Amino acid sequence: MSYEAVIGLEVHVQIRTRSKIFTRVAAGYGQEPNTLTDPVVLALPGALPVMNRAALDAIIKAGLLLGCEIAPVCKWDRKNYFYPDSPKNYQISQYDAPVCRGGSVEIELPGPARNLMGEHKRIPLTRIHLEEDVGKLNHGATESLVDYNRAGTPLMEIVSEPALASGEEAYAYLTSLRATMIQGGISDCDMEKGQLRCDANISLRPVGSTTLGTKVELKNLNSISFVRDGIEHEIRRQRSVLERGGRITQETRDYDGMTGTSQSLRSKEEAHDYRYFPDPDLMPVVIDAPWQERLRAECPELPFDRQRRFLADYQLPYTQTSVLVWDRPLADYFEAVVQLGGAPQAAGNWIINDLRRELAAAGVDPAASRVSPANLVALLRLIDSGSILNAAAKEVFVEMFATGDSPEAIVDRRGLRAAPTDSGELESWCRDAIAGNAKAAAEFRSGKDGAINALKGPVMKAAKGKANPKAVDETLRRLLAAG
Amino acid sequence: MNRADLDLDALARLARLALSPEEKATFARQLAELLGHIERLSSVDVSGVEPSAHAHPQHNVWQEDTPRPGLPPVAALRNAPAQRDQMIAVPKVVE
Amino acid sequence: MTAATTPLHYLSLADAAAALAARRISSAELTEAVIARAEAVEPRLRAFLSADPASARAQAQASDARRAAGGGLGPLDGIPIGLKDVIAVRDQPLTAGSRMLEKFVSPYDATVTGRLRDAGAVLYGRHNCDEFAMGSSTENSAFHPTGNPWALDRVPGGSSGGSAAALAAGEALATLGSDTGGSIRQPAALCGVVGLKPTYGRVSRYGLVAYASSLDQIGPFGRTVEDVALVLQAIAGHDERDSTSVGAPAEEFAAALAAPSVPRRLGLPREYFGEGLDPEVAAAVEQAVSHYRELGCEVREVSLPHTAYCLDTYYVLATAEASSNLARYDGIRYGHRCAEPRDLHDLYFRSRAEGFGAEVKRRIILGTYVLSSGYYDAYYLKAQKVRTLVRRDFLRAFAQVDALLTPTSPIPAFQRGEKADPLAMYLCDIYTIGANLAGLPAMSVPCGFTRAGLPVGFQLIGKPLGESELLAIGHAYDRVHQWGRRHPNL
Repeated sequence: MSYEAVIGLEVHVQIRTRSKIFTRVAAGYGQEPNTLTDPVVLALPGALPVMNRAALDAIIKAGLLLGCEIAPVCKWDRKNYFYPDSPKNYQISQYDAPVCRGGSVEIELPGPARNLMGEHKRIPLTRIHLEEDVGKLNHGATESLVDYNRAGTPLMEIVSEPALASGEEAYAYLTSLRATMIQGGISDCDMEKGQLRCDANISLRPVGSTTLGTKVELKNLNSISFVRDGIEHEIRRQRSVLERGGRITQETRDYDGMTGTSQSLRSKEEAHDYRYFPDPDLMPVVIDAPWQERLRAECPELPFDRQRRFLADYQLPYTQTSVLVWDRPLADYFEAVVQLGGAPQAAGNWIINDLRRELAAAGVDPAASRVSPANLVALLRLIDSGSILNAAAKEVFVEMFATGDSPEAIVDRRGLRAAPTDSGELESWCRDAIAGNAKAAAEFRSGKDGAINALKGPVMKAAKGKANPKAVDETLRRLLAAG
Repeated sequence: MNRADLDLDALARLARLALSPEEKATFARQLAELLGHIERLSSVDVSGVEPSAHAHPQHNVWQEDTPRPGLPPVAALRNAPAQRDQMIAVPKVVE
Repeated sequence: MTAATTPLHYLSLADAAAALAARRISSAELTEAVIARAEAVEPRLRAFLSADPASARAQAQASDARRAAGGGLGPLDGIPIGLKDVIAVRDQPLTAGSRMLEKFVSPYDATVTGRLRDAGAVLYGRHNCDEFAMGSSTENSAFHPTGNPWALDRVPGGSSGGSAAALAAGEALATLGSDTGGSIRQPAALCGVVGLKPTYGRVSRYGLVAYASSLDQIGPFGRTVEDVALVLQAIAGHDERDSTSVGAPAEEFAAALAAPSVPRRLGLPREYFGEGLDPEVAAAVEQAVSHYRELGCEVREVSLPHTAYCLDTYYVLATAEASSNLARYDGIRYGHRCAEPRDLHDLYFRSRAEGFGAEVKRRIILGTYVLSSGYYDAYYLKAQKVRTLVRRDFLRAFAQVDALLTPTSPIPAFQRGEKADPLAMYLCDIYTIGANLAGLPAMSVPCGFTRAGLPVGFQLIGKPLGESELLAIGHAYDRVHQWGRRHPNL
């Protein structure tokens, strides 16, 4: 019998706010332990939660970006369970009235080749709700130490339908979701900092079956690659159990990405009964149309939508679009250059090759680049008009990046301007070249067009590289035709 | 009078309370009596009635996202029964 | 009795404020008198869990210095006020009457504490109460019971019994308690002082140890309705740290009393005068009703049909919320931790078993039960719906009358140990719970004594945010009778 995998993902995304979700002490990562607490975070007797408006803005924005239905009214519930990282021993979450329902994440699977677009799919979402993060436990030999800095950081839980079929799809899902969250300004999604965390529910069923098999929850998947590998590993494990006639037990397994193995976590001693009930300390949230519209106006174009537009409007090659659209500042930079009149394809080349190289070397953001879009447009114009040559332009660009000066200033300062096209000098260099390469000249005249290139080299050499190639080509053709 | 549906052991586990046999016996009797009283609620007709979570419903009560100073760690840990390295110490948590 | 012949510690707050403003007395003298009184009566009364006389003296001196510099802060400046030990005061113990918090020191001030400081009050005395405010006699305090100043072998009521007793015994000029099902009004009635539970949300709960969040409310005890109005004015008003705080601006509650009193329409809910009401209490309340009739008020019978379900609704909602609110007391970040826990599991179970008393455990178990899987709809959701009906009953009654008048407690102060059965104790709150469920302001006003010399109070229940009118109605009786100015022989 052949089996197919059914995978659902639960993704926790920390929202990037300045303060915590239910109190105003600062939120942050990497601080000294227990420096980001207050009576609310520590659940001291008498402390009360008050919502942080920015966290709500962020989840509504996430919902709008992912096409979710935004609840007109949502509320807060307490999820009751004891754990040392949970200061109140209940987590403020949303049980039956989440902010977002439905929606989907568009994914692209790997194409047949690197330069060809792969298949697109939409993975439907069940819901997105808002809750508070817990503290962090540091395990020692005999004791655990609790740091509550993370406790109370706003957290979104994004739950997909069981609609993914492979580790590869999960990888594509997380890549797309992550970019959407980053580009929406919702989260930095740094998995190393725990800003994006993913659990996977995996089950297998005979192909053609419509019921779900017993699911296994995979935890501790702390990079996108580990999610893919862990899922593939779990699918293989379950398949081999089933093929041997075994049964899958419902359990939680821990995947170790370093060794590529998983093991069952000790099953919980008791069934959970979270005793959800509406939190009496918090009031409901009413999300009206003006609020939604205000946030919709802040929503960026989704990466895949932008890619489709870049392909259609600018005729960029697929590989270029798939570099640009995943990097919002870079794509924004590109569009700024195009808006100012830069030719899209030339601009794309310069941004993807030269700008990215310099940015990477300098370790800065496109937004912090000293090459303004206007200056890049100016450079493109100099090249296009023949005022400088490509090789010189590369030098100019490096200097533009270093100094922020305009390309004209750099060209003049460094004497990189191409030789004037009407110069008598060019004509005499061309005559010399034709005279000195009779064989090539004859071949050209007999119809072998490519032979002209053999004549350009000597001209350029004589011009010390400063001649405008277009003018050289035109002059040679005129003289050859005349001669 | 005791009640079959009142599983005190299960409730005590959920509530993380160690109950002595005497407490269990007393509570079983007292809670059965209380629940007998409370069950009179079942006779109230609430069809079409919305539940009240708050006596005075308000909505959209929030604060702006501007941080305020919190507690210095010394104050945060002042009442901690056990601490080490500026963290709260508990017996090792086994997941 | 005039201010001139009254011992300083028995002055009304208003009289003391006038004397301070006129510089006839100093806050230091007043505070010293209160401290001396507390030292004299505490060994017998035991209304305090802790007190910091040195801090009180320093606050009094600061108040006197302000006045000397011409910068008095208002009527509360220099007045010794005590707090129930469920209200956080920075760097002071906060026990909630529980072993669990026996050694806890609050690193922050409750909002009301800050507001009293801003008004210049001298904070003195942390009052005994039933553990985590669960009880009606203060016998559930983990530390010791408190006597009733009028009969030391009787209870002062609860859960704010210490705050009512301390005021009645002259250990403060006003006190703050908290009221979830009657915990201010019932002890006020049993101790012969005025006690007000404001509209839910009128006073910030930030810094109040939570029992049942949707019902809890802080409120003042005073010797007169006027005193209660003065304290309410200082502590009421919106607080951005409490999401349930109402936006309504604090009113000039004390000024509202000076307005010429117009005859009001008073309702007597027939469900509050039935079986179980002590005849002497009924007679004293009837006297108060007569007084209002004489003032020209129209008194009519009204009905609150769901009254019979208030107690059940309350015990479902309050215990459910409590089971969750008290989960934070786990011996991890603060509070009692058992000795040498074997593991985390053991730490939780034993710390909580050792830290909580029987009543708290009982309510946690009951609350856990009503929220647990399979029972939520039958108990919690049902109770929330009945709560809606209870509130509707009240609002319907307020279409006909301006306030409701009822007994506060069905019985006067009872003997310590008399109500061993939980249900019998819970029945002490049958007249007070309705106002908590409906979120309404309600006040107990003293209205006489039984033949045995035990105080009796009547309750006025007002419209949402109708404190000004409620106080005015109460004042119309209290300014004439002034039962709260009488002193126990202690």
